[in-house]
Amino acid sequence: MRALARIVAEADGRGGTRLARLRGEPPLQLRHTPDGSAAATVHLIGSAAGPLGGDDLRIEIEVGEGAVLCVRSVAASIALPGRDGSPSRTTVTATVAAGGELRWLPEQLVAAAGCRHLASSTVELAAGARLLWREELICGRHAEQPGDATVSTSVDYDGAALLRQSLTVGPGTPGWDGPAVLGGARATGSLLTVDAAAPPAPPAVLGATAVRMPLTGAATLVSATAPDAHVLRGYLSTGERSPYGG
Amino acid sequence: MHRTAYLLLADGRFPSGGHAHSSGLEAAVVAGRVTDLAGLEQFLHGRLSYAAPVTAAFTAATHLSATRMGRAPSFAESDVKVPFLSLDRELEARTVSPALRLASRRQGRALLRAGRLTWPSELYGHLPKHPDGPHQPLALGMTAAAAGLSTEEAAQLAVYGVLTGPASAAVRLLGLDPYQVQNLLARMAGACDEIAAAAAAVAHKSPQELPAHAAPLADISAELHATWEVRLFAS
Amino acid sequence: MRADHAYDHDESVPHTHPEPGVDPHPPLPRLDRAVRIGIGGPVGSGKTALVAALCRALAGELRLAVVTNDIYTTEDADFLKRAGVLDPSRIRAVETGCCPHTAIRDDISANLDAVEELEDTLGPLDLVLVESGGDNLTATFSKGLVDQQIFVVDVAGGDKVPRKGGPGVTTADLLVINKTDLAPLVGADLAVMDRDARARRGTLPTVFQSIAKDPHASQVADWVRHLVAHRRGDAEAHGHDHADELGRGPATAGMR
Repeated sequence: MRALARIVAEADGRGGTRLARLRGEPPLQLRHTPDGSAAATVHLIGSAAGPLGGDDLRIEIEVGEGAVLCVRSVAASIALPGRDGSPSRTTVTATVAAGGELRWLPEQLVAAAGCRHLASSTVELAAGARLLWREELICGRHAEQPGDATVSTSVDYDGAALLRQSLTVGPGTPGWDGPAVLGGARATGSLLTVDAAAPPAPPAVLGATAVRMPLTGAATLVSATAPDAHVLRGYLSTGERSPYGG
Repeated sequence: MHRTAYLLLADGRFPSGGHAHSSGLEAAVVAGRVTDLAGLEQFLHGRLSYAAPVTAAFTAATHLSATRMGRAPSFAESDVKVPFLSLDRELEARTVSPALRLASRRQGRALLRAGRLTWPSELYGHLPKHPDGPHQPLALGMTAAAAGLSTEEAAQLAVYGVLTGPASAAVRLLGLDPYQVQNLLARMAGACDEIAAAAAAVAHKSPQELPAHAAPLADISAELHATWEVRLFAS
Repeated sequence: MRADHAYDHDESVPHTHPEPGVDPHPPLPRLDRAVRIGIGGPVGSGKTALVAALCRALAGELRLAVVTNDIYTTEDADFLKRAGVLDPSRIRAVETGCCPHTAIRDDISANLDAVEELEDTLGPLDLVLVESGGDNLTATFSKGLVDQQIFVVDVAGGDKVPRKGGPGVTTADLLVINKTDLAPLVGADLAVMDRDARARRGTLPTVFQSIAKDPHASQVADWVRHLVAHRRGDAEAHGHDHADELGRGPATAGMR
């Protein structure tokens, strides 16, 4: 199944944000969920399970000058194998203008047994744009070996590379759950914060397998591995809450 | 002469500071994640799958740019530095741990020192200046170019270094049987060759398109390691 | 023997040899950088104590810094600071990857980087002391890293150590036989050590010392002063060499 969702957020001129475009198609449904703040919050409402092998899902996001957009999802997405063994793909492209802010805080991606999934995100930030970007990957449903999944994130700030990360898990990659990569952890993820106005946070140890790291540039990355999704979320908490939990 | 240069640069005795780096193995040993030969095997497979493709691709890309530059010395100074600046930035964006960025640059600085004195060349001057030194893969690609090696050989050296550093550290830290460790490395040789060939094959791509494999524990344990009061290895 | 010397002397401590007036080494090259002196020797022989003593003696007159290859804790740094010996900013610790020999001899890059970083952050220096990790008798410093090297053994290690030889004892520019105050307690015969050191080292100098009795390691400090003066090209330092200096300086007051 192929689907395209598109979100365009603009400053409404009264200190808030309006959604100039909000368009989805099954299985990528979008819902504006106003929370009374200056930010526009959009929830992704996926189907019960998916993406499925063969799916090609695209999400395009534009955040204009001075607009604040928060994107969440109502439930974890579960990458599942298709009938013919073809891979599934989720592609997110986002641009954020100066003074704009994007908070990308969806629920976890679960790599179910047998899946072949590629989640790929490209974010272009203008100088002065802000970003909060969380990725959480769970290796398999309860007590199951995962399939092969790659979560790839590329962020540019003011035209220069800020972050390039591609994490692959699953039996197709030798050593993926070994002591150099996940050390047997079932959950891993990161939270990227980009804000040129905030002083860069110094390195810090947040837990036995969680650290905060300043990148080269006005950005900080929290990276963690954890035994489960709950512990992982504790490390990657933003202090905000979704009306749907998380 | 050419082949001997390759062996000199591959030799663990080449004085480029590698002996003081365990590539995360010391942290893994202290955390109890690697205690024996089987654990080392898993560790090395992880390094080969995740660290080696990135290191080798940036080494090979640097080598290729340097070799092209060596053939066309009439390039304007500003033109020739562009690929190296871009490689530096792209590798920096792939190295999220500040401890690993520093370890890479310090190893690059040590390698550059040894390279300059072993195979003098004007090429080294094109590497981007940084107070902590150039990233190790850039220094290795440049040194391999100055030594007259091929892009494939440069990539192979990078992969080889990714594995032999922690393997040698494991012998020292865990007292593993050195014959068994060599046997393990020999069994991984085919996989090493494949990773090196794949890296050489993408050397011509734009730096942005080069591999960006991340291993969460590599970053996390490097940061933990950097906070220790006493370390036997620099990384 | 000068009776006014600040510390007690044991008549049984052999004098520094060889006889004054002979230095088998060519003069140090005149370089526009600090004199680098390596301090090596077995574990527990008193390398760190010698470094501390030299800092105590020289920190007020020379711009100096220390690179240590030993396992160096914040407690060590605090100790040196509290003792007023050296500010922690003047000390760099180098990780040797469990290969203390390699780091000072075969692959000196981490130590060179540490020296350069100290020079970058502190400005020009007169003297950099490079302390090796505790090791055995075969460790020596590369000439690419240091200008001169001191090898430290102690009487508690047994009076047969000089006879065993090894590159450290045999070739070091200065051999320091440490903890002479313990000789009676451990049954070490200093005369035997003296004889064996002469046999091994020919004309190279040897110092017998006790930092417990001489907390400024006066003889070694004078040897170092001479090297630094020589590097600076001081007129005063010309015309005699270090063996000469050792033979005539105030430090020899403790010698027969």
